[in-house]
Amino acid sequence: MTNETVLALTGISKSFGATRALHRVGFSLGRGEVRALIGENGAGKSTLMKILSGAYRMDEGEVRVHGQVCRLQSPSDARSRGIAMIYQELTLAPHLSVEENITLGAEESSWGMVRHQREKIREALELLGHPALPLATKISHLGTGHQQVVEIARALVSGASVIIMDEPTSSLTSADTQALFAAIRRLKAKGISFIYISHFLEEVAQIADSYTVLRDGETAGEGRMRETTIPQLIQMMVGRPLHEMFPKSSRERGEVLLKVEGAEGRPIPKGVSLEIHRGQILGLAGLVGSGRSETLRSLFGLRPTQAGRMAVKGQSRQLSGITPARALDLGLDLLSENRKEEGLAVGMAIGANLTLSSLKRFARLGGWGPLDLQGEEERVGHWIKELGIRCQGPWQETVNLSGGNQQKVALARLMEREGDVLLLDEPTRGVDVGSKVEIYRLIQGLAARGKGVLFVSSYLPELLGVCDSLAVFHRGWLSPVKPIGQWNEQEIMKTATSGH
Amino acid sequence: MNGTFKKLLSSTGPFLGLAFVYLVFLVAAPAAFHSLYNTKTFLTQAVIFGIGALGMTVVMISGGIDLSVGSMVALGTVVSALVLKTGGDGPLAAGLVWAAVLAAVLVCALVGAVNGLLTVALRIVPFIVTLGTMQIVRGLAKGLAQQTTVNPSDSWLNGLMVVEPQSGAWTSVAPGLWVMLLLAVLLSLALKYTVFGRHAYAIGSNESTARLCGIPVGRNRILLYALGGAFTGVASVMQFSNLTLGDPTAASGMELDIIAAVVIGGGSLNGGEGSVTGSLVGAVLMAVLRNGCNLVGIPNYVQNIVIGAIIIAAVGLDRFRQRVS
Repeated sequence: MTNETVLALTGISKSFGATRALHRVGFSLGRGEVRALIGENGAGKSTLMKILSGAYRMDEGEVRVHGQVCRLQSPSDARSRGIAMIYQELTLAPHLSVEENITLGAEESSWGMVRHQREKIREALELLGHPALPLATKISHLGTGHQQVVEIARALVSGASVIIMDEPTSSLTSADTQALFAAIRRLKAKGISFIYISHFLEEVAQIADSYTVLRDGETAGEGRMRETTIPQLIQMMVGRPLHEMFPKSSRERGEVLLKVEGAEGRPIPKGVSLEIHRGQILGLAGLVGSGRSETLRSLFGLRPTQAGRMAVKGQSRQLSGITPARALDLGLDLLSENRKEEGLAVGMAIGANLTLSSLKRFARLGGWGPLDLQGEEERVGHWIKELGIRCQGPWQETVNLSGGNQQKVALARLMEREGDVLLLDEPTRGVDVGSKVEIYRLIQGLAARGKGVLFVSSYLPELLGVCDSLAVFHRGWLSPVKPIGQWNEQEIMKTATSGH
Repeated sequence: MNGTFKKLLSSTGPFLGLAFVYLVFLVAAPAAFHSLYNTKTFLTQAVIFGIGALGMTVVMISGGIDLSVGSMVALGTVVSALVLKTGGDGPLAAGLVWAAVLAAVLVCALVGAVNGLLTVALRIVPFIVTLGTMQIVRGLAKGLAQQTTVNPSDSWLNGLMVVEPQSGAWTSVAPGLWVMLLLAVLLSLALKYTVFGRHAYAIGSNESTARLCGIPVGRNRILLYALGGAFTGVASVMQFSNLTLGDPTAASGMELDIIAAVVIGGGSLNGGEGSVTGSLVGAVLMAVLRNGCNLVGIPNYVQNIVIGAIIIAAVGLDRFRQRVS
């Protein structure tokens, strides 16, 4: 890293009506530097990045690219200055090939015919550690990790010198994450700078050279990464010390609630058997696609199952005949890993989402009569208060809530339905640190009240911090369940990648 | 844009549109336009669209669409006429007239159920399924009617769409108008106050969420299309009343006016949105447009252009609303 400054932001302010989103924020980025931009949801990270990528105009402040003051008017303007933005939701065209996507919008042509830029593309892919990625493959045939490689390659081919990455690892497996970090290190060496936005502080600590913490639209702290610790970062983010990241509850393990035998899907899960007791939180680790979510979804009837049985509180059922409605009746409930696509109908009100699985209770005449809207609103109000959901009221549309508050609405639906076995698939994905802790507390509280919890997560510290026993998936097979004390991160990763 | 303002825009938008169109004709059209009789006339003209729009509202709220509605209306008129025809040339038995009504409603509900079944079972988008059934149902209507109109004897059905049954009495309006209002009230209560109504919105808003919450999505879809079909069946009875005969070529393209009415009324082609009052206002707006254009003496070809422009403007507004949210 040299001292040459590639990008300098000073005194950037931006308001939306009466809401102040950013107030005199600034930092500078050196050549080959990776700067982490962290903060809770709503702290102003996205606003700042949208200003940098030309999607928003700032009210005040100055942006200098390579020393030159510039007004970024549009995303293409930012691109032409060498600033490339890689969003959390990738922006590739699924029907086009790898090559077509990489050159999209920057096609070089002679007399209207597309001129291939294979060499540039190969060079970029080599830098990214994927020299053999077939250029003619359609994007829709690639996994998320490879899709991201294509997106970064696009930025490189267009000549980007600053790459902004928004939560790049949120849908990657740990192997893909490590591959991404290796690629970032190679690109750093070539003088490319990064602004790296992430909630995963352990990863941030691994990859970033420096950090800027935003809180309520202001800079809450900045410095060199190796001179700080994760607890210090968290404290800067939330503005208060977090004594307990993982609150514990006292609880007793009761009778067996759910017993699964030989759950078999095509191609996964493979003969999965497990048992969960009242008051138990059983963690399920493994790589994405190894069978964790697939098993939960099979139990809940959202995925076809070839064989296997489950018994819930003594009632035994064939897995192949399970539908979500039957699973709910048995006392199972599922929190989806895709909050926006599946977990919530974001266009509907908070209240409608919250009672969607238990609506019949509010209908008179045994479920067929008119709904007791007032009674419903009272219940919704109760949960809003109980879980501290920050909103304008029960009838506000869910789409405008922050990720953490949305997740609380989804969790509140499970709590209102009062199932006994809760299948939680990535319950803290895309949620800020403060809300994470609240969600851990809720899960602990549920277990303390005698629920059985199956907890799927890619974030190992939370599995180790929240669960009392754990098993690991590897290619559809489930390892033996062991008490949490017998696991650590290395052990989990070893089992997840090698199967033993 | 903040939430309350947006809500206000989407709930009063249709009324504002209607008020605007009405004011334009108030200024432009001859005095005849704002006479009580003419008001009754355009309201009566709105009945068929209006009842059809109620059915389409149900379907569109759940994220579907039904292009076969125009053909269903034609089939409905033919079926009621054929049932009435079995009574011969003399005065018809009361039971037979009711049977004709019921037959039209049931046949259309059945077509709706088939539409729903095909979308669910074959997983084809409803646009394509109903594009197909639009042709099939039109063909069935023509076949049943043997390619001509079916003329039954007179019955009280013919009086449903008379603009002023008791000439001169200002309270006297077409019975069909009362039918439309009654159905509208029932439907709007059902959408707001029943589990079925809430589930319809949920399925349209996010089908995956609905499935996750244990709602039998497929069964509900079939029911929703069948209910929409039943409304179309009632609309077909009104159409029959207008024509006093069964016409297999009737109501061609009517589905588009009906969809336009729903969209003007705040329904979204993406599902999850739409309201009964909005759709009715949309239907009245379409009727005012046609009525006003006729009174002003705007030639038919210009009417087509104006109505087309209104449809695009309304859908454009729908897109705009989606963007700001």
